[in-house]
Amino acid sequence: MKLLDSTDSGNNSSIERTQYPYVTGTSVIGIKYKDGILMAADMGASYGSTLRYKSVERVKPVGKHSLIGASGEISDFQEILRSLDELILYDNMWDDGNSLGPKEVHNYLTRMMYNRRNKFDPLWNSLVLGGVKNGQKYLGMVSMIGVHFEDNHVATGFGNHLARPILRDEWHENLTFEDGVKLLEKCMRVLLYRDRSAVNKLQIAKITEEGVTVSQPYSLKTFWNFNAFQNPTAGAEGSW
Amino acid sequence: MASIGTGYDLSVTTFSPDGRVFQIEYAAKAVDNSGTVIGIKCKDGIVMGVEKLITSKMMLPGSNRRIHSVHRHSGMAVAGLAADGRQIVARAKAEAANYESTYGEAIPIKELTERVASYVHLCTLYWWLRPFGCGVILGGYDRDGPQLYMIEPSGISYRYFGAAIGKGKQAAKTEIEKLKLSEMTCREGVLEIAKIIYRVHDEAKDKAFELEMSWVCDESKRRHEKVPEELLVEAKAAAVAALEEMDAD
Repeated sequence: MKLLDSTDSGNNSSIERTQYPYVTGTSVIGIKYKDGILMAADMGASYGSTLRYKSVERVKPVGKHSLIGASGEISDFQEILRSLDELILYDNMWDDGNSLGPKEVHNYLTRMMYNRRNKFDPLWNSLVLGGVKNGQKYLGMVSMIGVHFEDNHVATGFGNHLARPILRDEWHENLTFEDGVKLLEKCMRVLLYRDRSAVNKLQIAKITEEGVTVSQPYSLKTFWNFNAFQNPTAGAEGSW
Repeated sequence: MASIGTGYDLSVTTFSPDGRVFQIEYAAKAVDNSGTVIGIKCKDGIVMGVEKLITSKMMLPGSNRRIHSVHRHSGMAVAGLAADGRQIVARAKAEAANYESTYGEAIPIKELTERVASYVHLCTLYWWLRPFGCGVILGGYDRDGPQLYMIEPSGISYRYFGAAIGKGKQAAKTEIEKLKLSEMTCREGVLEIAKIIYRVHDEAKDKAFELEMSWVCDESKRRHEKVPEELLVEAKAAAVAALEEMDAD
């Protein structure tokens, strides 16, 4: 949605104001593991404080070598996917034995996000881009203002505050697939308890040299039988 | 066959007294001088083949691509001036991407052909442009099944089940007419096209050539791609064998 200011003369080159996100996805977490990259995101998209859509795929494959996960405005993510689709199509049509790897796609996304930000018309997303090409693992992030970096583990949104501390302690090189999934589930569970826009339906995607697998949606087990929750009004007589 | 249009052939915006536009006819001659390009529609897809005449011994095999993918489901084989061909392919790619961006589905082959043909025709309407010196065979697979079209420098396009352009087009068309295309699979079609190209290749006039083939069929999951290496090798071998058998008669 573009809001035009009073200096707008009717052409597209007028200054646009920053938009407001409408339908948003919450955190995405990505980690490097032994064979490649693991990425997890829940399938929720909120409309403000309403958990409106519960089957939104926020992690998608890009070409042969990459995975993209997005949080933020879902319609902007769909536009990004369109652009990436066209990018990959043109790359395939060269038919020259080469194909865009995660590093190149990450760079392309960075350019896209940064240029939009400079026009005061950002794509309201935080993107996680991971992949493997020729045995090299790559995991990076781009924010809506174009800040981009690479790391062994990345997260967006609340994931930065709740998941990354766990990952800093418990991530290590050459995690097995099972350990990687357990680690991601641990982070997603914390997010489920503490992030109000989290939804208990998630997908974990993995990418290795062989290709991409996106898991079927599933739920995490949660525990609410803490003593303090059993009889909430126990110590509250006389007060509200 | 060749008539001189003295005075009426200087501009593409001039008709001759007998109603011809000579510049367009001359453009078609550029196509006739290039290596043969063949396309056939088999029952499960399209196969296209190009006789790439090798002009220099120092050229690497696999260079000078003549068949280009225009989208996932379609491809174009170009005959004539190669640089003109690149423009047409670039335009076709842009049209296909634009259609998908607007309508959310892959461009129907008929629509793509109409857009490209109209672009080729456009360049025959103005005196500051010259007609494209290349003909194009467009093959694709959409929800109406496999389709084959040919676009000439005049901007005419027709739908075919078998088409040939370039040097050996007359001989190639005769050969194609002998084939029972409606019962042929693309796998068989690849062998047949290779045989035809080898047969119409004129050993006397042009020394070496490289065979480039592509297909879009059920076997390739309706994607336009180069014919797989082992099948291409098999086709070349079968074609050489068929030639020798013919020579032995």
